[in-house]
Parts: sequence; structure tokens; C-alpha cells
Amino acid sequence: MTFLSNQYRPSNILGAKPQHLSERSLWKRFHIDPFLLTALLILTGMGLAILYSASNGNKDLVMQQIIRLGLAYVVMIIVAQISPDKFKLWVPWVFIAGVLLLIAVFVAGDIGKGARRWLDLGFIRFQPSEIMKLAIPIFLAWYLQERSLPPTYRHLMACALIIAIPVGLTAIEPDLGTAIMLACAGACVLFLSGIGWRLIIVLFALAAAATPLLWYKMHDYQRQRVLTFLNPESDPLGAGYHIIQSKIAIGSGGIFGKGWLQGTQSHLNFLPEHATDFIFGVCGEEFGLVGGTILISAFMLIVGRGLYISMQAQDTFTRLVAGGLSMAFFFSMFINIGMVTGILPVVGVPLPLVSYGGTSMVTLMASFGIIMSIHTHRKLLA
Amino acid sequence: MAKRLTMKDKKLERQLFLSRLVIAMFLILALFSCLIARLVYLQIIQHDMYTTLSQKNQLTLVPIPPNRGLIYDRKGVLIAQNVPVFSLEVVPDKVKNLKKTIAEIQTIVPISDDELKAFYKQLKQHRQFDTVPLKLKLDENQLARFYVNQYRFPGIIVGAQMIRYYPLGANMVDVLGYVGRINEQDLATINTTNYSATNFIGKLGIEKSYESVLHGTVGYQQVETDASGHIVRVLKRIPPIPGSSLTLTIDSGLQTAAMQALGQNNGAVVVINPQNGDVLAMASNPAYDPNLFVQGIPQTVYQILQNDPNRPLYNRTIRGLYPPGSTIKPYLAIEGLSSGTITPSFRINDPGYFMLPNSSHVYRDWKKGGHGIVDVSKAITVSCDVFFYTIGVKMGITRINYIMRDFGFGNPTGIDVDEELGGLIPNPEWKQRIKHQPWYPGDTVITSIGQGFNLVTPLQQANGVAQIAMQGHGYRPHLVGSIRDTEGQVTFTQPQPAPVVNVTPDIWTLIFTAMQNVLKPGGTSAIIGNAPYTIAGKSGTAQVFSTHGVLQDKNVSLAKNLRDNSLFIAFAPVENPQIAIAVVVENSLDAKKTTRKIMDYYFEGTPIQ
Repeated sequence: MTFLSNQYRPSNILGAKPQHLSERSLWKRFHIDPFLLTALLILTGMGLAILYSASNGNKDLVMQQIIRLGLAYVVMIIVAQISPDKFKLWVPWVFIAGVLLLIAVFVAGDIGKGARRWLDLGFIRFQPSEIMKLAIPIFLAWYLQERSLPPTYRHLMACALIIAIPVGLTAIEPDLGTAIMLACAGACVLFLSGIGWRLIIVLFALAAAATPLLWYKMHDYQRQRVLTFLNPESDPLGAGYHIIQSKIAIGSGGIFGKGWLQGTQSHLNFLPEHATDFIFGVCGEEFGLVGGTILISAFMLIVGRGLYISMQAQDTFTRLVAGGLSMAFFFSMFINIGMVTGILPVVGVPLPLVSYGGTSMVTLMASFGIIMSIHTHRKLLA
Repeated sequence: MAKRLTMKDKKLERQLFLSRLVIAMFLILALFSCLIARLVYLQIIQHDMYTTLSQKNQLTLVPIPPNRGLIYDRKGVLIAQNVPVFSLEVVPDKVKNLKKTIAEIQTIVPISDDELKAFYKQLKQHRQFDTVPLKLKLDENQLARFYVNQYRFPGIIVGAQMIRYYPLGANMVDVLGYVGRINEQDLATINTTNYSATNFIGKLGIEKSYESVLHGTVGYQQVETDASGHIVRVLKRIPPIPGSSLTLTIDSGLQTAAMQALGQNNGAVVVINPQNGDVLAMASNPAYDPNLFVQGIPQTVYQILQNDPNRPLYNRTIRGLYPPGSTIKPYLAIEGLSSGTITPSFRINDPGYFMLPNSSHVYRDWKKGGHGIVDVSKAITVSCDVFFYTIGVKMGITRINYIMRDFGFGNPTGIDVDEELGGLIPNPEWKQRIKHQPWYPGDTVITSIGQGFNLVTPLQQANGVAQIAMQGHGYRPHLVGSIRDTEGQVTFTQPQPAPVVNVTPDIWTLIFTAMQNVLKPGGTSAIIGNAPYTIAGKSGTAQVFSTHGVLQDKNVSLAKNLRDNSLFIAFAPVENPQIAIAVVVENSLDAKKTTRKIMDYYFEGTPIQ
């Protein structure tokens, strides 16, 4: 508050609120939310330290992650400059383009690790399902803000379609993890829009009833994952291996952990996928309960700030977008850590902002850009 | 109105949203608590269990096999050594799909059915930290091919192993025996901890009887392994203690010469230094290559060896039971003279046959018409049967028994290999017990010329004649001359005196002279006389006794198998005996010539033709 708190400074380039050129308003001029930015920096910083250990001190790999993160932060800042009105304007087209790209993947996508997820546009290779992580909640919010809340059943049917089409296309790639995350993001927006409790119960009942059908539709490896979740010890060297080893990693970490770079489970390769989906195992092993709690708390800070922003938002659209994206971010963390600690089945979901990998990071940071934009583009009426 | 409604709706919508947001926050907090509770459960409540599991993951105790002790002959020639071979080994705990992995390996390195069978058999016996050999003796090509593909096979490692090699092969097998893979019976008799890294154990001969000395003590290293079973670093190492090395009393040159001297004949040669009981040669012909057994002999090859009518697997030197024939005569003469049954001047007139009083059965001399007037000295020289029928009956079976046992017959000599048989010196008590028949006087008659129930091994023969050579002061035969442990401490085998046969010197002089005369003109073995050194000896022939079992085999030429065995016992030089020798040649009369060849090799260095 000291270096910029000169209340008597006369000038103001933008010509708005000359009498309060505070620290806060400088941030606001660049449409950055300092609280959210700090929380993100803490989380990604911890993530890099964990990744450095998880990759056995591979500096090149960490450097790549840093470059991606830098890029993602730039994307976030750029997105934050865009007014929510523009999102409202663009989102129907982005959504339609996203669905078309998903269909394109189905027809002509690249196959990686046995699933058709990637689209190669010559200059860039990406997963269209990532676009949908943003497009679904925003498009839903756009759709719902036009109608009065709570939505009617007719509108809910439309919402169901908006969710089901991209989720279905992603699920048949097959990419169960992302499909679940997409459905989850959609569901969060619907929940916040105030759909009736009765409907929520009915939907859960329907989901339970659909489980056998889902089982029938699943690929063998997906079925195996569910079976493994139910009883990992049944096949300790086969499918249950991931879960057992990650539980050993976390459990052997104890309260304070084995120390940075001292984890035997990851460094001796007992913990599979320890730089990507199972990176929380490395955190649990090396930093223990304390480190794990701090990491999860960093997530909670981000989620909390996002929800606070949604509370402060001025219209239904921005409220639903900020709230939906924040909740979806929480669930992607919860599903990943739940899977690594063995309370949820293994689905291929990375730990957001911590796991090694690029595509989801840009999308995530873009969503924080949107949230920042919502907060910093508020009209000063009330 | 419409605008107001919208405004009101906006307010309602905000309230609805906020209430939902509060619920969402509670849900998020609840799920957050779930995660923290889960972490507390895993990291505090179950911490000890997971710590143990984590250590079990990474720490492995790997036993290190000790190098087996080497074996040298008396001149320092290496006759059992260890050579490195490379083998494919499986860490069963680290291989996810064993069948599939083996099938894939087979596309790179051929694995025979026998090897697979042995592998699965050992897999059942393996302990948690063991590796199980899958394919032994990789050649260089196979090794290179596997190394290129090794990344595909986590849990499959190349083990460099020392295995036993016997450079002299079949020539030394009757002394050394061999080592083979440890089987279930072996496991019952050994300290499995000490053998946890060992794949081989002595199965026969010296390798078996000196197993505890040769094996050494297992070492350990505690290692940290990664998930695919590769050793990351060694945390602690307790080195193995190699087995002690043995120096045998065997002279490998003489041993080989003995095998060559036997040539095409089936038979056995035992040479002993009578001064201390050192066994210089112990050869049984035909023999087999013990190296075949080290790696596990293929069933087909084993069948061939086992069904061979010449019985190569049969160690005649210590397990061959032969009627001693006329080689028994010097012992009877000694007993006759020392017991006073006869005097040196006692004579008989040999008409060519012998009859017991009150019996019409005729016992023939080997020489038609007989030897005429015969005293004890001449009786040995010309091998007069009637003389020995006479004195045998005169002294009786009990005395015959005593003297034969005094010279070490009828019991194992106590040589330091396990498989030795004791032979048989018959007496009435034995006959009653085993045959359920009384002892007839006729039994004594034929026993007196080494026929009938008598059975002796070539080793006993050599041992007996060595005791004659030493005028009753003999030594127990032994094969190991000294043991040298890892620290270089050498323990020499002290000669073990055998019970002394107490006979007056004039009797020894008489016997020595008579046995020398055997090789002089007029003696039965004059044909091998005129050596540049003095020899005392006694020949024998025996009707084929041990072969009655083989006779049932229609594949074997009856004519050859009906021929008598020939035997020869001798020592030389007479004035200062250095070697005592016993030779048995089956179904042939070559024992004398064989003896002379071996002696010439020993004293003159004459190569065997």
C-alpha cells in the first residue's frame, strides 16, 4: 500500500477513478486477480519441485514443463483481458467448432496409446476434448442465462444434449477420464443453476441403473480398472499393481515424508506413471502427510478464490461460468488424488497443473484467465 | 412490469445460485476432508505396514555362491576345475507372465524340453529371493542375441556361473565322481541356507565324500533393486568363503596309463603305495565322461549308458565283486604256516585231483595230471589247487575267514569315497543266515582256491597285496593327500596304519620268494618276468560269477561272457615295495600283461601301447 498509495497523484491515463489509483486497481487494469495468481504460482511451483523428483532429476523434462507453464500463464493473461461479453458472443461458435473437431478426431485422428484422441492440424497437434472442457460449461451458462432459473425440464433436456454429445464423442475415442471430467463440468454448472433436488436424485438413480449398460460398453482395460479398484490385491502384479504401489508410496511417506528426491518407490520405478497420473504418489512419499495436505490446500485456495469470484459476479452467466469452472477444477483434483490414494477407481486423469503434460495445462490456465476476466471486468454499479 | 419481473428474477436467481454455491462449498469441504482423512489413514495409521512393504520392494538379499574347491592330483595337475558359463536365469517374482515370456525367449534362444522340465521342477523348489536357471551354457551367439533383446524381458537375467569341469574326463571319473544339480533328495540332507546360491552338489566319488570341504560357505549381499529386478546398488556384502582345494594321492599319469592298459577290456586297476596307503590309480574300464552329468545329462544319453552291456557306469574298482580265484592262495599259505597247520617242508603228492574223505566228489587241479610233489612255496609258484584244497580243509573255514579279514577282505577298506562295497568272505554262520543251508566241507574246499562264495573288490585286492608287501604293516588306502583351505592352511592326511598281521619274518621271506618265482620260468606268470626291477605277484583266474545276471541278456555274446576273468596281484620292487597293484580283467586272460604294462609305465616311463 505504500508505493502506489499516493492519493493525491493527479493523473490517470485511462481516465477512470483518478482518486483511487491503488495497488488493487493496478492489478485490475491488467485484469489480473493477484490472489488467484499467487495461489496458482504456489501450486505450480510445488508441482515443478515434485516433477523434478518424479522425473529422476531430468532437467530437460522440467524445462519443458516450465515452458508449457509459461505459455499457459501467457494464455491466462491474454484470456483475462477479454471481456465476459465477448465469451458470451463467441461461445456458441466455439462449442459447435469443438463438436465438429471431436467428430473429425473420430474420423481422422491420430492414434496414441491405443486411443484416438489427437487431431493433427499440421502446425499443431491437440486434443479437441480439451476445448470442450471450457466450451461445455460456458456454453451451458450461456444457454441458461437466457432462460430464467431454475431451468424447466424442456431446457434441461437441451442441457443434457449439450453435455451428452461431446461426452459421448470423447468416451468412444476412448478417453473415459476426460469424458468423466467433461460430464462433471457440465453437471457442476447445472447444479449451480439450481436444478431441483428431485431431479438430482433421479439423475443419480439413472446413472446407477445405467452402470450395467456402461459395463457392457466398456473396453476390457476399463473393466479391469473397475475390478481392480474393487479388489486391488486380486492381481498384485497385474492391474492392481498401480494402486498397490501408489498406496505403498504414500503410506511409506508417513507424516513428514522421506525427503525430496529420497522416494524409493518412484526413483526405483516401483510407482508407475509417477511423472504423470500418479505424481501425487511422489508428493505423498517424499513430503508425507504435511506436504500432501499443503498441496491439496493450495488447490483449495484456488478453488475457494474461484468460488468467491463467482459469488461476486454480477450476472448469471459469469456466476455460472466462474462457479462451474472452479468446481470442475476441484473435481479433477479430487478424482486424481482419490484414484492415487485408492478411494476411487483408476481413470486416466492427470493431477491438474502438477502432472507432466501440456494440453490440459493451457486449457486450465485459460479457465483461470476467464475467471480473472469475470472478476476484473465487473461494472461498478452497486 | 416485465422489467420488474426480470429484476426480481435476477435477485431470485442470485439467491438460488448463492444457496447452491454454499451447498457446493460444503460438498467440496467434505470431499477435501475425505482426502485428508485418507492421507491420515495411509500415512499415519498404516504407515508401518507400508514402510515394510516399501522396503520389501527395494531390498533384496542375494546369496553369492562360494567357488568350489579345486582338485589336483599328487603332482599338481588340475583334475577338477571351475569354468565360467553364462546362463539365463529367471527372477520368478519379477516376471509377470512366465509362460509367455519363456515362449518369447524361445524365439531368441532355443530351450529344449529337458531344460524346460528341469526349470519347472526347480521353480517349485525355489525360495522367494532365488533366481532359477532356465538355460545353462549359453554360447556367445545366444548371449549376444539375448543382450540385444534384454529390455523386453524384465526379470530375466544373465547369470555368470562357475561350473565344474573335469579336464581328464572319463579317465578320472572313478576317483572324482562328479557334481550335478541339486535335487529334492539332496535338499533334505544339506543346509539349504548355505546352498542358497549353489546349483551343484557332489553326487559321487570324491566330489560327494568331500562335499562339505569342497563347497565352502555362502556369501550374501544386500542390494537395492528397482522394479524390474536390476540391482541399483549394493548396500552390504558378506563375501563367500571358497571351498578348500584337495590334492589327491592319485597320479593322473598313472591313472591314464591304467585306463590305456585296460584298453578294450572291461576291468579294473588299483595301484597303492604300500608305504602309506596312497592310492596312486583307481581305474575302471569302460568309463564315461563326468562332464555330461554336470549340466544334467539328457535322458537318452543316460539310457544308452545304463543299457550298455559293458556297464560303463559301474565303478569296478570299489564296487566290482569278483571271486579272487588263485590270488587267495598267498593268504592261505601265510595262515597255514603261521598257525602251524603246515610247515615249510610240508609236502603233498598232487595227482591232479582232490577228494574229501567219505566222499566221491572229485575236485580237479587246473593242471591235468597234477604237479607231483609240491611244498608250499612251489604250490604258490605253480598255483597248485590240490595243495590248497588240502591245507584249506586242514585249517578249516574259520581260520580262512580270520586270515582274509586280517588282510582287509570282507569289509570295506575305509577308503575316503562313499560307494565302496565290502565284498564277501563266507563262513558257516553267514551261509546259514543268508542261504539257510549248513556249511558243507565242500564249501571249504572251493573257498580255498578263491571260488565259491568269495567276493572281493579290486581295491581290497590291492590293499591286501600292499599289506603283504609291507610284511603285515599296511595302511588304510586313501585318495586325498592334503586339504588346503582358503587361508592357505594345508592339512595333510596322516597314513592310517591297518591292523598288523603278525607273522614271523621267515614266513614273509618264503612267501616273497614264492611270489617272485611266479614270474620266473616254471611259474604261472613267467610270461611277464624278466623285468628290470623285482616283482612279486600272484595270478588268478576265476569262473565268471558276477556275470550270471548279464548272461540273461540275449544281446551279449555268450562266448565272450563265459570266458574266465583273470586277476593279478603284485608288488614291486620286492626289496623296497613302492607300488602294490591289483588288476582284474573280465572275460580275458590279459591281467598279467596289463599289470606289467602299468609297472613298466611306473618304473620305466614306458608309454602304453
